[in-house]
Amino acid sequence: MSSEQPILELKGVSKYFGGLTALNNVSMQVHPGEVVALLGDNGAGKSTLIKCVSGVYKPDRGNILFNGENVGNYSPSAIRDLGIETIYQDLALAEQLDVGANVFLGKEKIKRLFGILPVTDDDYMRREAVKVLERLDIHIPSLTQKLVRLSGGQRQAVAIARAIYWDARLVIMDEPTAALGVPEQRKVLALVRSLRDEGIPVIIISHTMADVMEVADRMLVMLRGRMVADIPREKATVDLLVKYIMGAGEMMDENGISIGGYLAGAE
Amino acid sequence: MATIASSELKTGSDYRGKAVRLVTQLWPWIFLLVLVFYFSLAGVGFFSVRSFGSILTNTTLIMLMALGQTYVIITAGIDLSIGWTVGLASVLAAILMRDLSGSIGVYQAIIIAIAGGLAVSLIPGLINGLLITKARIPPFIATIGMFGVVRGVALLLTDGQNVIGNIPADVREVLRDVGNGSLLYRIPGEGFTWFSQPADLEAAGLRVLERLMPYPVLIVAIIVVIFAFILARTRFGRYTYAVGDNIEAARRAGINVDRHLIYVYMLAALCAGMAGVLHVFRFTAGSPGVGGPGLLESVAAVVIGGTSLFGGEGRISGTVVGALIIGVVKSGLVSMGVDSVWQFIIVGAIIIFAVLVNQAQEYVEKQQEKHENE
Repeated sequence: MSSEQPILELKGVSKYFGGLTALNNVSMQVHPGEVVALLGDNGAGKSTLIKCVSGVYKPDRGNILFNGENVGNYSPSAIRDLGIETIYQDLALAEQLDVGANVFLGKEKIKRLFGILPVTDDDYMRREAVKVLERLDIHIPSLTQKLVRLSGGQRQAVAIARAIYWDARLVIMDEPTAALGVPEQRKVLALVRSLRDEGIPVIIISHTMADVMEVADRMLVMLRGRMVADIPREKATVDLLVKYIMGAGEMMDENGISIGGYLAGAE
Repeated sequence: MATIASSELKTGSDYRGKAVRLVTQLWPWIFLLVLVFYFSLAGVGFFSVRSFGSILTNTTLIMLMALGQTYVIITAGIDLSIGWTVGLASVLAAILMRDLSGSIGVYQAIIIAIAGGLAVSLIPGLINGLLITKARIPPFIATIGMFGVVRGVALLLTDGQNVIGNIPADVREVLRDVGNGSLLYRIPGEGFTWFSQPADLEAAGLRVLERLMPYPVLIVAIIVVIFAFILARTRFGRYTYAVGDNIEAARRAGINVDRHLIYVYMLAALCAGMAGVLHVFRFTAGSPGVGGPGLLESVAAVVIGGTSLFGGEGRISGTVVGALIIGVVKSGLVSMGVDSVWQFIIVGAIIIFAVLVNQAQEYVEKQQEKHENE
C-alpha cells in the first residue's frame, strides 16, 4: 500500500436502517492514481457505502475524509462540487440529447445571440465534449447524434466524460460493465485505466471477477456490512476473492492478507 | 494507454435507420400536401386565397393551444385543462371590456382586459404545476380535475350563459380592426391596400376581398417563432427536453425539476389564455366553451407533429404542420359538403394513426439497436 496521503479515507463508518446494520465500523482508504475494486455479495453493503461517500446517505457513526476534510455531512451536490463523481448503473443520461448537451447538462454554456438573447452554445459544448472524449481515447462518429443511437459502451463513455469534464478527483462506478456486451466491457475497462493514468482514483463496484482481476490495483471485500479483506492485486486470485465474498475467508488471516489491520483502527 | 475505436460499431445499417427517420419526420408534410391537393380537386371553393386565409385564421386557436401542449408533452406530461382555460380567459377579458370601457378609455379597457385574461389563465397552470410536482399527482389526473374546476369557474363568471356579449360598440370596433383585420388586402383586378380594407366597398367587392395577411395569423406566427426559439435554442428548452427524457438524470444534474415543470404548465396555460383573448378580438365576445373541442385537436396537432407522448422528443415545426393538417381537414370537409360530425371521427382517427407511426418508428429503431449491439 502506498504511503502517500490518501485522497479518500473512511474511519469506522457505520450506518443503520432501523434495526438493520448496513455498515458496521467500515474503514478504507483510496490513494491517488489507484483503482480500487469493491466486492461483495448482494446485501454486503457496497451500495450503502458508495451512497455514504457520494452524500446520498449520512453515516451514523465514523468519519469520511476527503483530502483530510470531513465530508460525512455534505449534500450530494456539495460532494460533487468537491470533485467526487459517481456513475450509477443507470448512467442518468438524457438519451434524446446529444453528447455535448449531456456533458453540460445542468451547467449549460450560454452565449448571447445578437448580443442580447441568451442561447445555449451547442457548438462550444460539442467541441468541449470531443476534447474530453479524446482524453479518454473515445471517438464518437457523429456528435450531433442523440445518445439513444450510441452503443452501450459509448454511453458509458459519455457518463464518464461528464464526470471527469468537471474536474473529477475521485470517480465511483457502480457495476459499469453489467449491462454491456464483451467488446463493450473491454472498452469500459480501458476507460478505467485511462482515468488512472491521469491520476484520477477510481472505486469500481463489480460482480465480474475477470474485470476486477484485470483492472483493479487493490480489492476490498465486504461481507454483511463489514470490510473483511483488503488484497493487493499481486496476492489476489479468483479463488481467494470468492472465498472472502462467500464468508469462508474469515479464518484466513494467516495468508498474509491485510485485513484486520486498519479494521481495528491500528493503521 | 489503451486505444478504443468505437467508430466501427455504427455504420452498417445506418442508412436504413436514416431512411426510416426521414419518412417518419416527413410524413406529416407529405400528408398535408396530399390533403391540400385532394381537397383542391374535390372541394368547392377550397383552392383560393380567401379560403386559405380563413383556414389559417381558424387554425390560430388550436395552434396556440398546441404550442403550450408541445412543451407539456415533451416533459412526458399532458394538460387536459387548457380547453376551458381558453374559455375562462375569454370570458374574463370580455367582462372587463364590457364593464370598464364606460369609466376609462377604450384602449385602457382593452389593455387591462388583455392583461386580466392572460393573468387569470396562469392560475390553473400554477395549480396544475403544484399538484403535479409537490403533491405528486399524475398530470392526467391533476389536469382533468382542473378541467372541471376551470369549467365551473368560467361558467360561474357568465352565470351559465354561453356568451358574454354586450361589449360597447366603440370597443367592438377596435377589436374588429385587429381580430378581423389584415395587414394587406387585395381586391382581384383592382389592387392592394395596406392596414385597412378599401373604403366604400360594395357587397360585390366584399365578397372577393382577400385578406392576405390577417392580423391573428401574423400575431400567432410571431408567437410560434418565439416558442420555437425558446424550445430549440435556450436553456429553458434544453431543460424541457431533459426533464421529459430522464427526470432522474435531470435532477442529479442539478436542474430544479419541480420549478421547471411548474413553469411549463404555466406556459401551457398562458398559451390557452392568449387563445382566449384572441377569441374576444375575433368574435367581439367571450364564451366559456370555446376551447373545449380545441383540446383534442391541439393534442392531435402535437402528436401528428412527431412529439413523443413518452417525452423527451418533439419540435414546434412538427406541431405547426400538425395544426395545419387539422385545420385543412376541417375546412376541406366543409368544402366537400361533408357533415361536420365527420370531423370528430377523422381527427380522432388521425391521432391514432400518428401514434402508430411514431411507435413503428421506435420499434424499427429498437430492432436496429439490438442488431447493432450484437
